[in-house]
Amino acid sequence: MYAANYHRPSTVEEAAQILAGAPEGKYVAGGMTMIPTMKQRLAAPSDIIDLRHIESMKGITVDGRKVRIGAATTHAEVASSAAIKAVCPALCHLAGLIGDPHVRHMGTIGGSIANNDPAADYPAGMLGLGTTIIGNGFQIAADDFFTGLFETALMDGQIITAIEFEAPETAGYEKFPNPASRYAMTGVFVSKGANGVRVAVTGAGSSGVFRHGGMETALAANWSPAALDAVSVDASDLLSDLHGSAEYRANLVKVMAKRAVAAAR
Amino acid sequence: MGVEGIGARVTRKEDKRFLTGKGRYTDDMSVPGMKYAYFVRSPYAHANIKTIDASAAKSMPGVIDVLDGKQLLADGIGNLICGWMIHSKDGSPMKMGAWRPLAHEKVRYVGDAVAIVVADSLGEARDAAEAVEVEYEELDVVTVAVDAIKPGAPQIHAESADNLIFDWEIGDSAAVDQAIASAAHVTEIEIHNNRLSPNPMEPRATLGIYDTGEDHYTCYTTSQNPHVARLVMSAFYNVAPENKLRVIAPDVGGGFGSKIYIYPEEIVCLWASKKTGVPVKWTSDRTEAFLTDAHGRDHVSQVKMAFDADNRIIGLKVDTVANLGAYMSLFSSAVPTYLYATLLSGQYDIPAIHANVRTVYTNTVPVDAYRGAGRPEATYLLERTMETAARELGISPAELRRKNFIRSFPHQTPVIMNYDAGDYEASLEAAMGQADWNGFPARRAEAGARGKKRGIGMSCYIEACGIAPSQAVGSLGAGVGLWESAEVRVNAVGTIEVLTGSHSHGQGHETTFAQLVSDRFGVPLDSVSIVHGDTDKVQMGMGTYGSRSGAVGMSAIVKALDKVEAKAKKIAAHLMEADESDIVVEDGELKVAGTDKTLPWFQVALAAYTAHNLPAGMEPGLKETAFYDPSNFTFPAGCYICEVEVDPETGRTEIIQFVAADDFGNIINPLIVEGQVHGGIAQGVGQALLENVHYDPATGQLLTASFMDYAMPRADDLPSFKVSHQVTACPNNPLGIKGCGEAGAIGSPPALINAITDAIGNNNLTMPATTQKVWEAARAGH
Repeated sequence: MYAANYHRPSTVEEAAQILAGAPEGKYVAGGMTMIPTMKQRLAAPSDIIDLRHIESMKGITVDGRKVRIGAATTHAEVASSAAIKAVCPALCHLAGLIGDPHVRHMGTIGGSIANNDPAADYPAGMLGLGTTIIGNGFQIAADDFFTGLFETALMDGQIITAIEFEAPETAGYEKFPNPASRYAMTGVFVSKGANGVRVAVTGAGSSGVFRHGGMETALAANWSPAALDAVSVDASDLLSDLHGSAEYRANLVKVMAKRAVAAAR
Repeated sequence: MGVEGIGARVTRKEDKRFLTGKGRYTDDMSVPGMKYAYFVRSPYAHANIKTIDASAAKSMPGVIDVLDGKQLLADGIGNLICGWMIHSKDGSPMKMGAWRPLAHEKVRYVGDAVAIVVADSLGEARDAAEAVEVEYEELDVVTVAVDAIKPGAPQIHAESADNLIFDWEIGDSAAVDQAIASAAHVTEIEIHNNRLSPNPMEPRATLGIYDTGEDHYTCYTTSQNPHVARLVMSAFYNVAPENKLRVIAPDVGGGFGSKIYIYPEEIVCLWASKKTGVPVKWTSDRTEAFLTDAHGRDHVSQVKMAFDADNRIIGLKVDTVANLGAYMSLFSSAVPTYLYATLLSGQYDIPAIHANVRTVYTNTVPVDAYRGAGRPEATYLLERTMETAARELGISPAELRRKNFIRSFPHQTPVIMNYDAGDYEASLEAAMGQADWNGFPARRAEAGARGKKRGIGMSCYIEACGIAPSQAVGSLGAGVGLWESAEVRVNAVGTIEVLTGSHSHGQGHETTFAQLVSDRFGVPLDSVSIVHGDTDKVQMGMGTYGSRSGAVGMSAIVKALDKVEAKAKKIAAHLMEADESDIVVEDGELKVAGTDKTLPWFQVALAAYTAHNLPAGMEPGLKETAFYDPSNFTFPAGCYICEVEVDPETGRTEIIQFVAADDFGNIINPLIVEGQVHGGIAQGVGQALLENVHYDPATGQLLTASFMDYAMPRADDLPSFKVSHQVTACPNNPLGIKGCGEAGAIGSPPALINAITDAIGNNNLTMPATTQKVWEAARAGH
């Protein structure tokens, strides 16, 4: 790791100010990707600005079916939240599948979304729930937020402070983990509710997380695993790597989607 | 058996310090004035070095010096060598190219060390390493062994034409050809044994200290065999004569073979310490470990097994190509020859066997022994072939094995080994019983109703352990003898130190060896200490590998205990005015049999050292040394059964049960032996399902250089194991021990693969059986 200055701001404004004064600075919100990248000397920020200790970015509130999760909330907190579980257990299930206990107690929802790893779990949850991503001076629908591999609609200096969504009638998440990293080789989040039927796929797309229109149409007509039997998944837009070919992932997308529908609550 | 003696399930004495973070590993060692090393490594798999310019790096903050291979060579430091000479079948010696500790002419794999930077801090050393300018001329690359011996492949060493190191054979080729020609059935199969990265929890590390006042070197290192390291560094690398070199291997966090060998870093750090005048420490990071620790396996074999009309094996023909990587590591030549082809008879009475083995250079890290070393390759090949044959012949796999088991001992195989004892049917029966083999069809039907494919597979393994009779291995080309030494030192107050040349890096020697002493003299376990891992403390030793610490290391201790006991009895007889032959040692006392005369153990020890009243002519003291050289290998064997459930939609394999029925001979500590089996099976499951070293064939870049891509087995990949022991004592050593360290990794992969191929109805499957491969094979099968 190259030497870097560490900052621990207590407000969003202070964090933005520090970054403005450090052109080579980076926000860190758990550091589950950033720190290993720095240790391998693949990133060399001059300053790292830790967002995990900003009070206004912490905590979970559930009001009726409206859910708000502060961006600095850890995966472990989401996984174990009784309030979220009461309205959207699929999201708790998803958070509990991320990494290992160490990662779940350090990593945050805001950090995961801002990083937009193509194999991360949360982007599928955000897209599959139709969340709104809220920050300092912006509100972006999840549909517009995830723009490519490790790419988002965030502009320089912007900080995610919370995500909000209306809990769906039912939702499910099924993940087929990469045997080495335990990231998603393929993960599919399905939901049905005020936002319609949504099928969001992570781990498989060559451009990152995506919605599968064919499956959404089929499930809108008939919310059941069998409805997906006739849907074909095109392998041409999917990832191929050491662990799985595009064809294999295409199969997993369908299998995981069916199982997610079957498990949806 | 006492509560702490032979056969007792004693928890490990050493675990207190390991579990409370008090272990002392090489990287924990610090000495005044110590500086940090970082190695400049080749980013290319094959390239000529045009120039090395360290001038910018040398002027960077904190940098003490940057040293390269030209300086090393000028100082007379030798090349790394392979210590086992193999001759090709045409009589020519193996064709070994030079392995320079620091390459200055040519690099041959990604990670090949080119220069060492010594600086005040690791960060500064690493910064400066990035500033060392090395100009490379890239060359074509070959990483796959069967490609490397094709005409026109890139030439890696000038010494070995077509990258062929040796073309060796064992057995009677004509007899096997005749058997195949006359066979009622011949099973043919191509077997791949996948390449593995050892990944011990503790990465390699070394601290080289040169003392200018004494002209003496100290080397702390992560070694399984510190005395061998000292010998080799003295005799072959000219680092220092043995009396001027102390090697200390303190707590070592796992080795699995990878810490047997001498690597460039130990040699270079010792030399750099003299060159710079400061102690130099290097600790591998995980990426370096993937790049530079010796890998294991990497064989491709063609197999023909011939049967008569009664399903008896009448011949076995094997043609193997083994990848040895870019350089020949210390024991690399022995692994695919005498540790592999000599085990191709398995548990079976096979009248004719022939194996041809070609070893090959490639642009990959050197390959050497990894847990099992040759024996897993032999077992996987044989046991997949047996299972395949049983399916082709339409008889049960158990029946085919029973029909061919060796049943009388000693048994001379056609490939050198002389099996001394065993009862293969006993382990087969035990394993089948524990697995409820007969209930499998019902379980398969039940799983089928849930949409899952169940399969069951077995493997009957044998291995040669207790490595090894010195004269025998010498005649086969080994450069060293493989005896072991021990000293038993009774202190004046009766406490006991055992100095052993074995080295514990996870095996629990501090407990097992102490049990041996406790059992012999009836003294508490806590009064016995085991000393190992320091060439200045321990007289001599050959280290720990090849499941040798029990069968060879403890046999040496037994010999020393015999001498101590004999002298103690003489002293006790003298003090109690009894006949020496009437003295017995029991419960910490020396007693005159049939009387009430006793002396506590400590009083006899004290008498030996006060020397006020010893038998006439007896030397004071109670301390004895022994060397033990085994008369044969030992032959642990057993039967493993694995039952799996495959999800045909995803290709995911779930292990439903794993049964291990092993014959390790007599057992000192069943708890530790079971732990060895558990760990071995975990590694075998890793090989069969998950682990694979993947080099990009075009560039030679290591694609699996982190745990993000190299899949290690985890607790949730594994079931609870069902472990049992059947005992036929080894007749050739005093404790009747065969060894248990490698069996789990040897016996498990074929059982697992046989279970999966049984489940999916397709035998066309290679390790690791990844979910994608199983999914594809399941679709093609049935």
